[in-house]
Parts: sequence; C-alpha cells; structure tokens
Amino acid sequence: MSDIPASALNAARYAGYVTVAEMGPQGMITIRGNLRSTRFRKAVADATGLTCPKQRRIERKGDIALAWMSPDELMVMCPHADAPALAGAVMAALEGMHSLVQVMSDARAMFSISGADAREVLAKLAPVDLSPDAFGPGDLRRTRLAQIAAAFWMEDTEEFRLICFRSVAGYAYGVLTNAARPGGEVGYF
Amino acid sequence: MSTRLTRAGRLIDPTRPLEFRFNGKRLRGFAGDTLASALLANDQMLVGRSFKYHRPRGIVASGAEEPNALVNMGAEGRFEPNQRATTTELFDGLSATSQNHWPSLEYDIGAINTHLARFLPAGFYYKMFIHPRPFWKHVYEPFIRQSAGLGRAPKARDADRYEHFYAHVDLLIIGGGVAGLQAALTAGRAGRRVLVIEQTPHWGGRAPVDGGEIDGQPTEAWIGDALAALSEMANVTLRNRTMGAGIYDHGYALGYERVSDHAPDGGDAPRHRLWRIRARHILSATGAIERPLSFAGNDLPGVMLAAAMRDYLVDYGVSPGDRTVVVTNNDDAYRTAIALKEAGLEVPVIADARDHATGPLAERARGMGIRVETGMGIAAVKGGKRVTGVALCAQAGEGAAREYVACDAVAMSGGWSPVVHFWSHCGGKLTWDRAGAMFRPDADHPPTGQDGLPMVTAAGAANGAMMLDACMADAVAQARLATIAAGGKARKTAPPEVECAAEQAIEPVWIMPQGAPIEARSKMWLDFQNDVKVSDVQLAAREGYESVEHTKRYTTLGMATDQGKLSNINGLAVLSDALNAEIPATGTTTFRPPYTPISLASLGGEAHGELFQPIRKTPIHDWGDANGADWEPVGLWRRAYAYPRDGETVEQAVAREVTNTRENLGLLDASTLGKIIVQGPDAGRFLDMLYTNMMSTLKPGRCRYGLMCSENGFLIDDGVVARIDDQTFLCHTTTGGAERIHGHMEEWLQTEWWDWKVYTANVTEQFAQIAVVGPNARKLLEKLGGMDVSPEALPFMAWADGQIGGFDIRAYRISFSGELSYEIAVPASQGRAFWDALMTAGQEFGVMAYGTEALHIMRAEKGFIMIGDETDGTVIPQDLGLDWAISRKKDDYLGKRAQVRSFMANPERWKLVGLETLDGSVLPDGIYAVGQGRNANGQANVIGRVTSTYHSPTLNKGIAMGLIQRGPERMGEVVEFARTDGGRIPARIVSPVFLDPEGERQNV
Repeated sequence: MSDIPASALNAARYAGYVTVAEMGPQGMITIRGNLRSTRFRKAVADATGLTCPKQRRIERKGDIALAWMSPDELMVMCPHADAPALAGAVMAALEGMHSLVQVMSDARAMFSISGADAREVLAKLAPVDLSPDAFGPGDLRRTRLAQIAAAFWMEDTEEFRLICFRSVAGYAYGVLTNAARPGGEVGYF
Repeated sequence: MSTRLTRAGRLIDPTRPLEFRFNGKRLRGFAGDTLASALLANDQMLVGRSFKYHRPRGIVASGAEEPNALVNMGAEGRFEPNQRATTTELFDGLSATSQNHWPSLEYDIGAINTHLARFLPAGFYYKMFIHPRPFWKHVYEPFIRQSAGLGRAPKARDADRYEHFYAHVDLLIIGGGVAGLQAALTAGRAGRRVLVIEQTPHWGGRAPVDGGEIDGQPTEAWIGDALAALSEMANVTLRNRTMGAGIYDHGYALGYERVSDHAPDGGDAPRHRLWRIRARHILSATGAIERPLSFAGNDLPGVMLAAAMRDYLVDYGVSPGDRTVVVTNNDDAYRTAIALKEAGLEVPVIADARDHATGPLAERARGMGIRVETGMGIAAVKGGKRVTGVALCAQAGEGAAREYVACDAVAMSGGWSPVVHFWSHCGGKLTWDRAGAMFRPDADHPPTGQDGLPMVTAAGAANGAMMLDACMADAVAQARLATIAAGGKARKTAPPEVECAAEQAIEPVWIMPQGAPIEARSKMWLDFQNDVKVSDVQLAAREGYESVEHTKRYTTLGMATDQGKLSNINGLAVLSDALNAEIPATGTTTFRPPYTPISLASLGGEAHGELFQPIRKTPIHDWGDANGADWEPVGLWRRAYAYPRDGETVEQAVAREVTNTRENLGLLDASTLGKIIVQGPDAGRFLDMLYTNMMSTLKPGRCRYGLMCSENGFLIDDGVVARIDDQTFLCHTTTGGAERIHGHMEEWLQTEWWDWKVYTANVTEQFAQIAVVGPNARKLLEKLGGMDVSPEALPFMAWADGQIGGFDIRAYRISFSGELSYEIAVPASQGRAFWDALMTAGQEFGVMAYGTEALHIMRAEKGFIMIGDETDGTVIPQDLGLDWAISRKKDDYLGKRAQVRSFMANPERWKLVGLETLDGSVLPDGIYAVGQGRNANGQANVIGRVTSTYHSPTLNKGIAMGLIQRGPERMGEVVEFARTDGGRIPARIVSPVFLDPEGERQNV
C-alpha cells in the first residue's frame, strides 16, 4: 500500500483574485439515520465529540467536523487516516439503531476558496443566496456548481470549503479558478 | 448635414477624442459617444440597407429600439453582426461595417428590389414559392437562404469569456430613470435588499434631456442627489450597462451586463455577465418608447424620432440637420423644436396633425418664432439617400401637396408607448388608454407569482404616467406597493414637488394623411428593418388575416431584431382600422424575452472550451493519458477504448488486447462501474423487489448476477450483487447506471416503501476497481501475496476482503470475459498505486492493459448481454433468454406484472441469438433481418436486427448477436440482412455463446 494516499488533484492551488486550493486527502464518513431521534443524535455526538448540526449547518471542533447533508444524512470530516477508526466508533455507538455508516474519504475532493471576495466566486457558479446576511460561517448548502453536484460551507468570514465527487475534481477546479480570474471581479457583496 | 456642434453634449468629453473606422473610413468621435452619435457627428447619415428592398437607411432612434443602424462589429474572434450603433459605446479603435449591401453601402445592386416592391407584397414567399414543389428544395430555398439574414455569421471562435452571476434580492428594479431611482430610495430606506439595473451607462433616463424640476432643482441635480443617497445604502446595488432581459416564473429574472463591450482591451474582464436573479418582487421602471408617424418616405435617412433628435443634440452635441421640419400629433415634439432653435438651428415649420395646438410648449415655440401649422401633415418626404425636403398637406385630406419645404432632417413623433415588456413576460395584461393613445399595464390583471399575488409592479412612464409630475407621483405610489410586496414596510408619502410643462392631449394619427392613396401607403414604413409598410398590413387584412399574431407572421411585421419596438402599435392600429375593429379588440402580439437580443455566449457562461462539460476521470485516468489511451465517452466518464502502442491502429490494439488477455493477462480499469451499498433489516426484501431474481437468499461472501426492470417490465440495468453481511449488500451497476439506479432505489424507498428499513449509499467513487483477467491472473495476485486467492478459498462468484501487495482490498471472483478473473476494489486514493503495482509485478506474466472495446468483444464471444446494446428500453429479460435469472418463487418484483401481459408473452417476439455470416465477415451494426413479403407501406417485412457485432480475434471471424423473431427456435437457419445499398447478407442463426460454453476457462 502506498503510504501517501493520493487526492484527485495533488493539492493544486491557484491564486486569482480569490485563492482556490485542493486540500489533499480528507477523511469523510457518511452517516444515515433518523436525525429526529434524540438517541441517534446523542450517539453521533458522543462518538464524534460534536453536537448534531441543525439543517444546512456544520459543527467543527479542531480537525473534526460534523455536517448536515439531508434530513436523514450527516457527514463527519476528520484526518484521512482516522476515518476507518472513527467510522468504527460511530458504528459501535449506533449499534441497535437502523443506520448506515460508510467511509467515503476517497469518493470526494475538497477545495478551499478563500479571500475577501470568496462569496463572489461561488455566486458565479451556484444558485445560492450568498449575501452575508443569508450565508455566514457554519452555514452549509448542498447545491450545484455549474454542471456538477457540490456542497459547500463557510469556514470563516473569508473562506469556504467545497466538496464534490472525486471524478469531477478537475472540472470543479476548472470552473472555480476560471471564476477567480482577475478581471472578473463583480463587486456585489 | 449632420454635424457636431461647438456646444458640448451632456455625456461626451470633448477633451478625449477617439478614433474609429466605419466601412474602413477613419472617423473621429469623443469619449461618451455612442457609435450612432459619432457617425452622425461625421455626417454619416446612411448606415445600412433594409432587409427586403435594400433601401438606404439612417439612424432613426437613440436607444434599444433602433431598427436601422445595425452593424458588423470587430473582426476575427471578436466579430459580431447586428450590433446596434445606438447602444454601442464608442471606444478607441472601434471598427464597424454596414450590413446587407453589395457591392457597397452607397451603390447597392439589391436596391433594385425597391422598384420591384409591387411584386414583393406581404406573404410573397408563401405565394410565390409553393409551386412547382421540387423547386423549393433545389431552387427557391438556396436562393432565399443566400439573400436572407442581415449580418454575416462569425467564422472564428469567440475570443472572449463570459460568466453568470446569481443574485438574490427582495426587490429588483429594472430601469434606472427617475422613476426607478425614486423606487430604489423608497425600498432602500425600508431596508430591503434592492438591485437596480440600467441598460445604458447613465442614470436618470431621459429626464435631463426633457427638462423640468424635481424638489426645486433641475432633474440632473436631483438624479445626482438620489445616486449619492443610494450609494450610501449598503442594501442597495446599482448596476449600469445591465439590461433587464426577461422575467420568468417564481421571481426569476435575467439581467444582461455588458461588462467590457465598451472597453474591449481593458484586461481579462468577461465580455458579458448574465445575472440570474431571484427577486421577491420586481418593479419595472422601463420608461417609454416614441412611435414613428406613418407618412410616405418616413424611412429616408434624415427622418428621425423627435426625442432621439433631442437626445443627440443635448447628450452628444450633435445636430442631425441644419433645417429640421418637425411633424407631430402631440406636444412632446415641440421640445425638440425648441431645443433645435435654442441650439441656433433652423426649424422651418412644425406640422401638427391636431386641429389646434395651444399648450404651453406650442405657445413657447410660437414665441420663439417657430411657424406652427395645425391640421397639417407630411404628404411625402423628398430625397434619395437623405432628406432634401417635405411636401406638406392637410392631415384630413388625401395628400394634395399644399407646400414644399426644403429641409435636411425631419423629426417625427406619433406619441409614446410604455415599455410594457417586463409587465407582460409573465402574463400581465394590458389596457388601452384612449386618452393617451397607448397600451399600458392593467393594474387589475398583473402577472402573478406562485402565491397568486402580483409579482411585478410597473412605475412611471412604463406604467403610462408620461408627464414628469405624474411619473414621479406614480413612482412614489408604486414604490410603496413594491416595497410592501418585497416584504418591507413603507408609509404613504407625498410625491416630490415637480415642475414641468402641462401638455395638450395627443390626437392618435396612424396614417398621414388620413386618406392617403395606395401609392403613398406603399411608401409608409411600419417596420423599417423588415420593410413592412402600411399597404402590406392592409393587404393582409383584405386577404383574411384578422389575428394580429397571424398578420405578424404573414407580413413579418415586428419580426426583425428590434422585435417591433417601433412598429408594433402602429401596425396593429393600421390592422384594426383595416378590420374596422377597435384597437383593444385587435390586441398586441406577445412580448417575449429577451427584451433585446443578448449574446448566446452569455447564456452559455463559462461552459465553453475545456469547461464545456464536466469530464469524469477515474483515479487511473492519468496512466491512460500517459500510455496512449484512445478515449471514448461513456456518460460523462472518459474510458479507454484501447491503448494503441507505437505504430498500431486502434483496431490492431484491440485485437492485441483481446488475445493477450485470453492467453496471458489483462488489466481493465473498471472503476466507473456503479457501486451502491444497500443496508438495513429490509435490504434483502428490497432487493428482491428491485431485481428479477432472488437476492435475499444470497449468502454473505457470495455474488450473484442480477437484472433490474422498470415497472413496465423492460430491462433497465444489470450487474453483480455481493452480500457483505446479513444486512448489507453491494450492488454493482453499469457505468452509466450508477446515479440513475441510485435515484431509482431512493425513489422507491421514499415514495412507496417508506416504512422499510433500508439505507443506500452510492460508493462508486470511493473505490478504484481493477479487473485482473486471464490465465495468469491468479499467478500475479499470488506473487504480490497477502491473501488466499485459490479456487478453494475464493471460488467463482465469491468475494473476500484482504490484502494484496500490502494494499487493503476487496476481491470479487467474477468474470465478464469468460476468463479467470478477479475484480479488485481499493480505496480510490490507492487506485493508481495499486494499478502500478499490478503492472510492475505482472510484467513476467505478460500483463497489458485492455480497453472497453476488448471488454466488449470478450463478453460478446461469451454471449453476455450489454445494457444499451442488447437492450434499448423495449427489451425484456425473456427476450434475451435470461429466464434463468427470473425467480418464479417470488410473489412480486418490479416488472413482473408487465411481463405477463399478452404482448410481452407473445411467442413471436424477437429473441436473442448468435449470428454468423457464411463467409466469416462482420455484419454491419444495427442491420435489419428481412423476412417474406412486404408490409402495408410496401416495405420489406423485418424479422429482427443485429444488436452487437465484432470481429473476434479469438475465433478469427465475425460474430454477432441479434434479436430475431422466434430466434431460438430457428437454430441453424440462414436469414438475410438487408444492406442500405439494396444488397443482402446471409447469416446463420447460432448459439450466442461462441466461446467456452461450459465455462471451463473461468472456473479454474
């Protein structure tokens, strides 16, 4: 086995008027279950050390984050190497509850979109209200990035993180860097 | 002649001269000019030729409504036809050419058509080109195509870039005139998120040109204050050079921003940006457009809309002529006469079609010494390529000339039409305002949104409030309603104090003079660009065209690139008159987006070149790129069709890959295959419903091939299912089926069996999957070591987790080639490293990669079906001899009921067989088998078709599969296939399994 897991774009980086960077290997665990169940939420919280996020939100503590993905789906993010063990811990915590836990680290690519105008670059590609009063740190959206499915959230006031399927990482990087090209500043937000 | 006056225009900067070219001629203009104003400043009155008669045409308007001044702009990758000179901002080095003429603008052969006008009436094409029928294809159509179209199509690839931008606002205001700015102030103060878009580079609309005072200051000063106040509001965004293009359902609107048209060399900016706007409410403050008057010769260069002439004078310091005759039916045109006179130009006469003119503007004109003739109109305009004079006549008469007046320009005004497009795009109704002689928005029938409430509010001139005082009062009132509709609070406020001249009522004039004879009516242009005249519309009415929509298409009225902005109302008024109907009974044609043509590239946005479409790549894609892969698209994936080596053709590479895999060892990148986890206490029960065969009895550690059908019984997908544990299955799908089948599963789980405890996850991309295939497959895995891959530990149709070569893998002992085969899944991040390890270690066993064509040939040699080849959405498993994969024990599965319908159970259905030509040649793909006799249409009866056909390198002959009527009952028979050239190819019906029917090669 190769010691260094390969991400889709080997941490490619582009500095336009907003910086776009592929973030390299990232641990991800898909959890499906009944988010309305207190028992389920508590079990996930205990296993991850995070509170269960509300709709379209993400919770983070250190290098672990827990994201709402749909009314019956969550996603844990963690260091790539920790994913199998953490998935095991979540599975154990959910023992006896109808659920699905699956390591999905390699199914996706993750990007950082950072800079004062980061909102603008995403607003060129995703039909999402990205104005500061509608979308702030901790907010998350599953949406469309030009022609592909994607999810993104705000890490802090000037940085977004975005995930998409690994096979289309090149396309995602292409449209993001194209949108971040100097000269394309909109000046809207 | 038209020229630049020494008194500078409001919008130009005389200290910044610019150079540009028109038809190769070097001309000069100033920063702030439009191409139209700069052409006029250089006395370039003639700017183009009309579409049908090639008549000389000059600039008639000053904005988006311009029908004549369309030019070819730029060159090469920046060439674009049909650009309106009136909305093209001048820049240094601009190069434009006129359109629709040959050999030159000044001397055009096609102008002969104008003398043939009586032979080119309305509906000419429909009448002329019907008979004889074969002439249409070979004579008429090529001729019409050659002469049709205005500009030339670009040949080079577009050199610019384009993008989209999504904006979500409470209130979108279309139009940045005084009404739009007033509305923005109201909504902005109420804290609403407001976006104001204005198509021109300037704010305030035409108010500064028309004069008047708001709140005790000239309009221009008021506009400056309003802009300053708005720029202080963080919740208000102002975008100029951004045109409202269209309004759609659910508050969706398109804005078209021309980012760098005016500065094409200004760095790496996109050329256009398409704003895709979601608004809670939309306010249309789009103003009004002046109408021409229909008099003989109204299309000659030098005849302009009165307000446009005023714009050129005030905004650009350009005079369209030294002596201008003004002809009107309303007071507004007097402003033009006054402005011309104030600029020191001559106005020999104002011909006012009304029987009296006593308003303050008329009195002021008289006071300045301008001669005003009431009850008068123009009988004819004299001149060739430009106006030389007019013959005046009584409006009430038949056009007997009373007097000839020499002049070099004519300013006409037939009244104003509110720009109701944005009210109408989503279904707002119009009402005929008799007093104003205009259609305006009917407040009782607004366009409504998903909540049944009005989604658009019209304000100001766009709402029919034409005078400045009425306009501002309406803007204040409508802004309040729009603010409330956008979720805000707004109190009733008094409108600002407005000073403006009172105006005497308009008198509708649709034909000038009223009793003009046919010779005059066939020189009165309604649609300047498409050459539709009053006589054409009247002829259409006589020929029975009563609907305005039909008349539009028959005469081409309003079908030009200006979409009838000038011609629509005049045309339907003439039609109403010809039909003896009231104007509202005739109605308007439909207002559809876009407001003016927008670039197709802006609609595409970033989707061109490399970014035209997403391309899905596996973790092993780069190895293929580096090793000469010949890629083929499979859905959005790129898969290697074959890996040709030095000097090989693709066909040779395919044959080599098949032979090597059958004799030694092949590796296939199978990562694209869909992989879906199905998990839960009801997972087995769920899969029993989805697949035709029984999956719940599958033992953990084992695999089973399964078929999926739609509820109509037709095959939709196939693949191998592996049982992971008691509650978990992994379902393989076809490459193209992963997302579709995952969606299919979720749909049934969410809508039908919502109470079943099953979760699914599409893990397709989590794994790279590599097929290790061939007699040496086991040797390679054993060399790398780490787990027992012997036939005892891992028999055919089993799977196991373990390690190979230090990689954590899952090995499936399944075969789509008929060879000893392991499909091995590793996490995608290890996929390339694992592939490289297999390649390196496999050298001694003769390893080679093989592509999808070798895969297809090997499966065809084995008689395995392929979804999409043997199936086409009309094929059921029974057609393919797959009855063994249909469980008879199950009460139900999706498709079961459909498959027992009489048609599905019919023994005459076409069924799968193998086919071999008698001479070993390859059958053409898709070719039909013909039977006895002919059908009712005289065609040969068909009894089947080829679904897959290849040259088999293993058997060294053509092999094929096909669906043949009662095929399996006809083993050994020879059937004939019909070539498209009439020839027939005989082929024998054989078993579809051409190689190793006992399966000895894979069971080792």
